Amino acid sequence: MNTSTVSNAAAVHDHAHDHAPTGVMRWLTSTNHKDIGTLYLWFSLFMFFFAGALAMLIRAELFQPGLQLFQPTVFNQLTTMHGLIMIFGAIMPSLVGFANWQVPLMIGAPDMAFPRLNNWSFWLLPAAGVLLISTFFVPGGAIAGGWTMYPPLFMQGGIAYDMSILAVHILGVSSIMGAINIIVTILNMRAPGMTLMKMPMFVWTWLITAFLLVAVMPVLACAITMLLTDRNFGTHFFDASGGGDPVMFQHVFWFFGHPEVYIMILPAFGIVSTIIPTFARKPLFGYVSMVYAVASIAFLSFIVWAHHMFTTGMPLGGQLFFMYTTMLIAIPTGIKVFNWVATLWRGSISFETPMLFSLAFVFLFTIGGFSGLVLALVPVDIQLQDTYYVVAHFHYVLFSGSAMAIMGGVYYWLPKWTGHMYDEKLGKVHFWLTAIAFNITFFPMHFLGLAGMPRRIPDYALQFAEFNMIASLGGFLLGASQLLFLYVVIKCVRGGIAAGNQPWDGADTLEWTQTSPPPYHSFVTPPLVK
Amino acid sequence: MPKYTGRRLGQPFSAIRSLCAIFFGLIPALAWADFAVNLPQPASGLAQDIFDLHSLILWICLAILIVVFVPMLIALIRHRKSVGHQAAKFHDNLGVEIAWTIVPVLILIGMAWPATRLVASMKDTSKSDLTIKVTGHQWKWEYEYLGEDIRFMSNSSTPKVQIDGEQSKGEHYLLEVDRPLVVPAGQKVRLVLTASDVIHAWWVPAFGVKQDAIPGFIRDAWFKVDQVGTYRGQCAELCGVGHGFMPVVVDVVSPEQFATWKQEQKTLVAAAAANVGKTYEMAELKALGEKVYAANCVACHQPTGMGVPGAFPALNGSAIVSGEKAGHIDIVLNGKAATAMAAFGKQLSDLDLAAVITYERNSWNNTTGDLVQPADIAARRR
Ligand code: HEC
Ligand code: HEM
Ligand SMILES: [Cu+2]
Ligand SMILES: [Cu+2]
Repeated sequence: MNTSTVSNAAAVHDHAHDHAPTGVMRWLTSTNHKDIGTLYLWFSLFMFFFAGALAMLIRAELFQPGLQLFQPTVFNQLTTMHGLIMIFGAIMPSLVGFANWQVPLMIGAPDMAFPRLNNWSFWLLPAAGVLLISTFFVPGGAIAGGWTMYPPLFMQGGIAYDMSILAVHILGVSSIMGAINIIVTILNMRAPGMTLMKMPMFVWTWLITAFLLVAVMPVLACAITMLLTDRNFGTHFFDASGGGDPVMFQHVFWFFGHPEVYIMILPAFGIVSTIIPTFARKPLFGYVSMVYAVASIAFLSFIVWAHHMFTTGMPLGGQLFFMYTTMLIAIPTGIKVFNWVATLWRGSISFETPMLFSLAFVFLFTIGGFSGLVLALVPVDIQLQDTYYVVAHFHYVLFSGSAMAIMGGVYYWLPKWTGHMYDEKLGKVHFWLTAIAFNITFFPMHFLGLAGMPRRIPDYALQFAEFNMIASLGGFLLGASQLLFLYVVIKCVRGGIAAGNQPWDGADTLEWTQTSPPPYHSFVTPPLVK
Repeated sequence: MPKYTGRRLGQPFSAIRSLCAIFFGLIPALAWADFAVNLPQPASGLAQDIFDLHSLILWICLAILIVVFVPMLIALIRHRKSVGHQAAKFHDNLGVEIAWTIVPVLILIGMAWPATRLVASMKDTSKSDLTIKVTGHQWKWEYEYLGEDIRFMSNSSTPKVQIDGEQSKGEHYLLEVDRPLVVPAGQKVRLVLTASDVIHAWWVPAFGVKQDAIPGFIRDAWFKVDQVGTYRGQCAELCGVGHGFMPVVVDVVSPEQFATWKQEQKTLVAAAAANVGKTYEMAELKALGEKVYAANCVACHQPTGMGVPGAFPALNGSAIVSGEKAGHIDIVLNGKAATAMAAFGKQLSDLDLAAVITYERNSWNNTTGDLVQPADIAARRR
């Protein structure tokens, strides 16, 4: 860790480079939370575009009935890799990037607790990413059994399947190390006076998320290790002909998988809970109940997993139990939404780009929550499971939920990170294009699912043609709009109006007491929190 | 059933219509019949109950949406900085917070009650009039009428040329099979489901039945349909390359017609038995073999016989295919453990197997000139 004794924050900026290498080595060997945060964010942005490009190919094939561009073998690879990379390559690393940048700044700490571990957590990611993407070029192509990797289908593939298991293992190791680092940082390195119940909401959500990560990533590791040994070493964990049980895999996978969706949404809640009070110029309503809501969502997320498996034919008691627990999650989630609305109520609201993304988040995430409630009801789920309704549902919570909160967060903190204001006008254009195109793409998918279109199919019956064409056009617009995002970000990094320490008059967390960009080593003397 | 009127892509004007759809936006487009926005017309009591439950939930959600977002909208309009609104300072209100925890609990209980009753009745497969065993194979369904000696495969019958866009697509594109499941109207049909290779899911939306078919395990489901007609669905669980091409078609017929149909099936079985030991000509076998190949093998080994490098081997020029007959017959009969190559001995008749093997040995660049007869297959079955 940094041993500098210089206490004047502004002066540190120049001195800090004393021992730090420059150029590529700065990034390869960096143990600085800001550098590593930046690396995470760029990595995830690259993966977002890569997986987004796969989505464009999917939508191109589904533009019309019939097979035009891809054979089913390739199509299944596209959907599987799109989902896998979006989740493990784009959303999760970007949230860790936020944690790296913001957690130390928001709790008044000089850096993360384990800076070397931090470096290692990040640099595992590109290795895993390259391994995963290279599977497109091995004989037989990439994995094609869905990001959920269900056996026995997962047994029927080439070397890509084993490579992907290895890649997911590496990603998991990275996540666990990152999570441990975050937990230790938050618990041990808060500025004097910052009690747990005074922590910013974003820090709270990440603390709880990090515990979820530590709890469930090993479960995923077990599941895929069993797949690996079933594939290569003659075990029969999931093979009925050897006394195993393929459905067992689904239980283990979703015991990881459901908390995983909260891993992707809780920090997004944190971002939105930071942005809304800033631009409503009013404190977050119901801070304490927000904390308890996040904690109870995290707890409940461990006992709802089998709602993904209602069609496997569980006993009646099982179906009812998982239906009730799933419905229960609506309560803390509802509390969060109500609190955001109450925060807005009688505020002094302005509509900068981060706020626009956050408001869209509240509305669109709630729609995703409602479709989730519809899917919680076993009889309705049996109709809709594995249809496009589910695809619509999880894009409302993942894209207009996680991804749009992340974009809002990027706009919100870019001035702090770079020292420059982003282009507000272009930011707003990006927002409106994204919000509109998103709904054109995904709203019709509810109708497709209700009408009976299964997901993960390369070709469909004629009655689904119109909505698919609309969804594809929306999808192309949505994809193209993200290029504007890239442009705005690059433009902001390269220059712009100086942001000043506190560009947002309503913001009151600690990072805004620092210069923009903050000194290489911030809070060398801890601030006092009252 | 949803009606397929009008729109055929690949026919003249479809492109123009689609462009119009984009141009005029969603609203006028909704007037066109094909924009189904809800669950399909229910054909069974269960599907009807699901439909009603879904409508109920949808209305409740809509009501909550309004209750929550109208205040938000008001705040966004009235409490703006640009109209000079000063921010209030409050950040807690215990009463409100308790209220918005309790009220949702009550609403949820209201939703859970009808759902619970419906789950219980979906699970009740007792007192059925007829039991059919459904087996999912990559990528076709096998139906076996238990106790009736009727058993057959149901393959997609959509021609490849339609899929590839070389021919305009038929009305039931991808939702048509060579032999549908036939069941009597007004009787409780119990399905017992399993699979031979990977997990599939048997789904007919109008019946409200979707059940995974899991290798090595038996699951069951039921339906009772009063309205005679043809009902269509699809496999709903990703099962590999042919997942999108694995339709389910059910003909619901009157009980009298059903009895006649059963009789016909038994006559067919008897006729096939009479043919045992018969020998066939090359042309006959190749013609039949081509069909069997198209229905069972083409997804992996490809129409060209070239396979997919790295995943599925080429049969064109393969050492096994151009080698001894016995080796070729064995791999098709018994499959190869731990690979995608299934044991077709359990799925196809001796005649079909003889035909497809003869076809493979004498197609593309393979010119063994060998003829494989059903008796050769029977001899190698173990
Ligand atoms: C699900 C995909 C799939 C289907 C469908 C399929 N096969 Fe295969 N087939 C394979 C695979 C994979 C292998 C290679 C097995 C191995 O590793 O040796 C194979 C191997 C073979 C071989 C041996 C070729 C060689 O040179 O090793 C023959 C012959 C064969 N299949 C015939 C058929 C016939 C006939 C059908 C249709 C009745 C069929 N296959 C359907 C996947 C499939
Ligand atoms: C440009 C925006 C996007 C488009 C157009 C898009 C489109 C699609 C489509 C059409 C599918 C369904 C494929 C199928 O079932 O056949 C899909 C699946 C999926 N998408 Fe996206 N998507 C986008 C962004 C995202 C984002 C941001 C996430 C965030 C995590 C995401 C996560 C997933 C997942 C997990 C799946 C499931 C993959 C599977 O079935 O195994 N997508 N996407
Ligand atoms: Cu879940
Ligand atoms: Cu399938």
